[in-house]
Amino acid sequence: MEQLTLNLKKQIIEVLNLKHLRPEDIVNDQPLFGDGLGLDSIDALELIVLLQQQYSIRLADPQEGPKIFKSVNTMAEYIKANQKP
Amino acid sequence: MTDFYCIIRNNKIVKDGVVLFEQENKPDNDFLTEAYDKLGISYPKFYKMDRLSKLGFIAAELLLSTIQGKYQADELAIVLSNSNSSLDTDLRFWDSVKTQASPSLFVYTLPNIVIGEICIRHGIKGENLFFVSPQFDSDWISSYVDMLLVGKKAKFCLAGWIDILADRADVFLYLTDKSISSSKISERYHSWNN
Repeated sequence: MEQLTLNLKKQIIEVLNLKHLRPEDIVNDQPLFGDGLGLDSIDALELIVLLQQQYSIRLADPQEGPKIFKSVNTMAEYIKANQKP
Repeated sequence: MTDFYCIIRNNKIVKDGVVLFEQENKPDNDFLTEAYDKLGISYPKFYKMDRLSKLGFIAAELLLSTIQGKYQADELAIVLSNSNSSLDTDLRFWDSVKTQASPSLFVYTLPNIVIGEICIRHGIKGENLFFVSPQFDSDWISSYVDMLLVGKKAKFCLAGWIDILADRADVFLYLTDKSISSSKISERYHSWNN
């Protein structure tokens, strides 16, 4: 799980162009949107693409987005539960 | 009278005839990021912008700092123009479509997004327009700016040319609150060509 969260942080920084951040700047349970990392709706779309490209997970229900993309921890848990072996 | 201008081309950033930043033999994107760092700007969203927006953002940053606090949100107009529209980013987006279309590139596939980025940064709600024309037309721009200023549609106007395609960036923005002759604008635009 620790490796997965670290990889996720690196991928989030890369795909969202957060070049002012390092992986250690992102706390695992820090909110990704709003007052946390300050991501916006376009970033949310990029996170959906990230799940598809890096983990072959297609978001079945977009309504689940806010719950899945709440933090790095929630993303990691969703990936762990949905990634095919 | 407010009369400032900024040129970005040939890997140089020039404000009012003074070179503020210069970087030899660097691709434009590195040039822009290094310029952002060296000029001491702090606005993390800069990294997410396309190159057209980064160019406009830096030039606007340098010019609008001269009139900070001197205008209301609706008193500053922005009139920009270029010849390549958003083609630089359109091509990158088209390239991304071959694998996975990038939402963050897609949102920059309009030339006037650069105006939006400047407005968001500086809280501007004034008139704004983006013209696409074969080359910089100082007569047209100066007459349009005059119309906005004389007609009291704006107290200040940020105007000019902002173009990029592949390795060629060409930016000339000026900030004014009074009429500036077309010939003077043209003369400034053609300076720092080497």
